[in-house]
Amino acid sequence: MELTINGQTRQCGATTVDDLLKEELDEGHTRRGIAVALNGQVVPRAEWERVTFSKGDRVEIVRALPGG
Amino acid sequence: MANTDIFDDPFVVGGETFRSRLWIGTAGYPNQKVLLDSVQASRAEMVTMSIRRVSLAGQGFDTVKLLSDYKFLPNTAGCETARDAILTAELAREALETNWIKLEVIGDRETLYPDVQELLKATEELISRGFTVLPYCNDDPVVCQRLADLGAAAVMPMGSLIGSGMGVANPANIELICNRSPVPVVVDAGIGTASDAVIAMELGASAVLLNTAVAKAADPVRMAAAMGHAVDAGRLAYLAGRIPRRGRAEPSSPQLGLVGS
Repeated sequence: MELTINGQTRQCGATTVDDLLKEELDEGHTRRGIAVALNGQVVPRAEWERVTFSKGDRVEIVRALPGG
Repeated sequence: MANTDIFDDPFVVGGETFRSRLWIGTAGYPNQKVLLDSVQASRAEMVTMSIRRVSLAGQGFDTVKLLSDYKFLPNTAGCETARDAILTAELAREALETNWIKLEVIGDRETLYPDVQELLKATEELISRGFTVLPYCNDDPVVCQRLADLGAAAVMPMGSLIGSGMGVANPANIELICNRSPVPVVVDAGIGTASDAVIAMELGASAVLLNTAVAKAADPVRMAAAMGHAVDAGRLAYLAGRIPRRGRAEPSSPQLGLVGS
């Protein structure tokens, strides 16, 4: 399915947020510090396994990094 | 034994109590060990973090795990519109499980000066969404008053340009803001060395937020310790009340009974 992930449009096998994170994150990376938005709306952590994508969805995957 | 009550001076903001009046940034340290050692040496209890897109090239070190003993204050650094800042704040709330946000809305990439109009807009919206908003703002008493009126938990006027190390560029403004503000004033940005932090506190600031002065010091851990002492010294001096300046000498020793007169 075609998704726009962090501004890049590409084909993706994942159908849920949880699947997508498994694909995108380094193996064993902690999920704390990660957040996901779907079409400009934050997807709460508790819904990551439940929320499914539709063609053309805009997905933002962010993490907390050092900052000032 | 000295009176220890003078050191019992908690800093209350947004319903939380801090023993330290220093908040410290986590960016730009030589490595993770120096970062952790510096934060510990500073005695700060809250650290700032940024929110960025996950890199598809790999995630690298996990700073969230490294600093899990500290309270996180995520920022919206780099956002140029209220809209982007609001989404970043929402993502930060989910990522770090805190409704506290250091709100930055930048109006100019070169000076990193705040965009006041967008800042006010984002402050109002984020407060309505239940955030504890700590806006980075101009050292302008009217802007600070407007932000407090909207419900900001504190105001964070700039000492000087972000990362510049120029210290408190306009002490008269910071003092004016501190004297009038109904909410705590946290001097944010521009601190270059310990004396700058002392000055901010002596002017009446409730706390200081800094990053580069420590991260880019030749010895970050020592500078972090110095900053911890600086906010304590400045706070004590502010509460103690300084003597007035005068343009003539005033002998401190008694004038009677001089030998040989």
